[in-house]
Parts: sequence; structure tokens; C-alpha cells
Amino acid sequence: MSPHLTSGGMFALHWRWHITMLTSILHRVTGAALYVAGLIVAAWAVALASGPEAYGSFMTLLGSPLGKLVMFGMSAAVFYHLANGVRHLIWDAGHGLDLKNANASAFAVFGFTIAATLAVWAIAFLAGVV
Amino acid sequence: MSFRTPLSTARGLGSAKHGVGHWISERVAAVALVPLVLWAVYSCILLAGLDYYGAVEWIASPVNATLIILTIAISFFHMQGGVRVIIEDYIYGHLTKAAALMVNVFVCGLAGALAIFSILKVALGGA
Repeated sequence: MSPHLTSGGMFALHWRWHITMLTSILHRVTGAALYVAGLIVAAWAVALASGPEAYGSFMTLLGSPLGKLVMFGMSAAVFYHLANGVRHLIWDAGHGLDLKNANASAFAVFGFTIAATLAVWAIAFLAGVV
Repeated sequence: MSFRTPLSTARGLGSAKHGVGHWISERVAAVALVPLVLWAVYSCILLAGLDYYGAVEWIASPVNATLIILTIAISFFHMQGGVRVIIEDYIYGHLTKAAALMVNVFVCGLAGALAIFSILKVALGGA
């Protein structure tokens, strides 16, 4: 058995939720969500190639409250997966794998996701497209 | 003369030595997607403000058509690879796993081909 489970006696379970675990599973969750985003993009392209009527219906669907909610979620997923993907690329290059840096970059990923998502929707709102 | 089957000869010889190329191609796609996806987000805001004719005109620009096709092609390649790893991790049945992996390839291939053909049709004036 792992020493983390046994040190300090049989009732001292040292397991705890950690931010790096959250970033790991969220990378998969957002990746799976973006699979759906990819299919939405493909549907958008097919609608555009099908003419003005099909495109109008498709854009009305995207502009509906449910459509906007999905778009908001997808934008957050894009920024999360992008930032955490860059974090993975830095790890692949052999940097930032120690606990201190892995924790710091996890917080940076969440900060970037929130800031970038809000910024994009603020820009879209100010541009009058939402 | 050996009576060993080709399979028994292959067993225990280690990897097929193709892993590094596969690993690198996944990273190259991921790096390419960083600028492409940022451009795609910018384009989404732009396209949200355009009607059908505005969108057709936007796609007719060679730079926009090329970048969107690259974004779609590399994204579907990346999606296929990502979901492949998820399937390999969570599905244990041999046949179920093989079927899921194939469905993943087919979905990405079909959606990617449909999207790229549609973009080309509009960009080349067929819409």
C-alpha cells in the first residue's frame, strides 16, 4: 500500500483533491466538448454551402439563447484546452514539471480561461454581434 | 529452418519503432493549432456580424479560405488522436474498442471532408 495511505496510522488518509488533478481531467472533458464544436463547425460550413436559407436557419439556431449558451461553453472550452495544451507542450519539452511550477501553471490556466472568455464576449458584445 | 510463426517471432521484439514519429506529429498539430484557433475565435466574432453574402465574400478571400481549411483539417486530425487516447484508456472490450476507434476515424474523416468540400465550393464560387 502507498505510504500516503498508511503514514500516521490507519485512520490518517492523506489523500486530498489537488488542482493538478482537476486540470488533467478538465483537459479531457474540454477536448471531448470541442469534438462537438468541430461537428458544429462542419455543420456551419455545410449550411453555408447549401445557400442563404439554410445558412440563415443555422445562424438563427446559433443565435438563440440555447445556441449562445453552447457557444459560451465552447469558447471557455477552447481557451481552457488551448492554455492547458500549451502547458502540456512545455512539459513535453521537459520544463515546469516540479510541483511548485505545475501548481502555478494550473492557476495560470484557469486565470487565462476566465480572462480570455470574458474578453471575447465583451468584444463580441461591444461589436454588437451578440 | 525455423518452425516459428511470424507472430511468435514478432512477439517480444518490442515496439514497431514508429512511436516517435506518431508522437511528434501529434505535437506538431497541437503547436499549429495555437495560432490557428486564436485566428478562428477572431473569425467567429467577425462572422457573427455578417449575413450569408458577407460570409460568402469572407470565404472567397484566399487567405481566409486557406486558414479555415487548415484549421479544420488539423483540428479533425487532432480530435481523432485525442478521442483515440480516451477510447484506448476507458474501453476494455477488444471488439468494442476496435469498433469505437473506427467510428472515431470515420466521424472525423466524414465531418472534416464535408466541411472542407463545403468551404472549397463556396470559395470557388459554386454557392
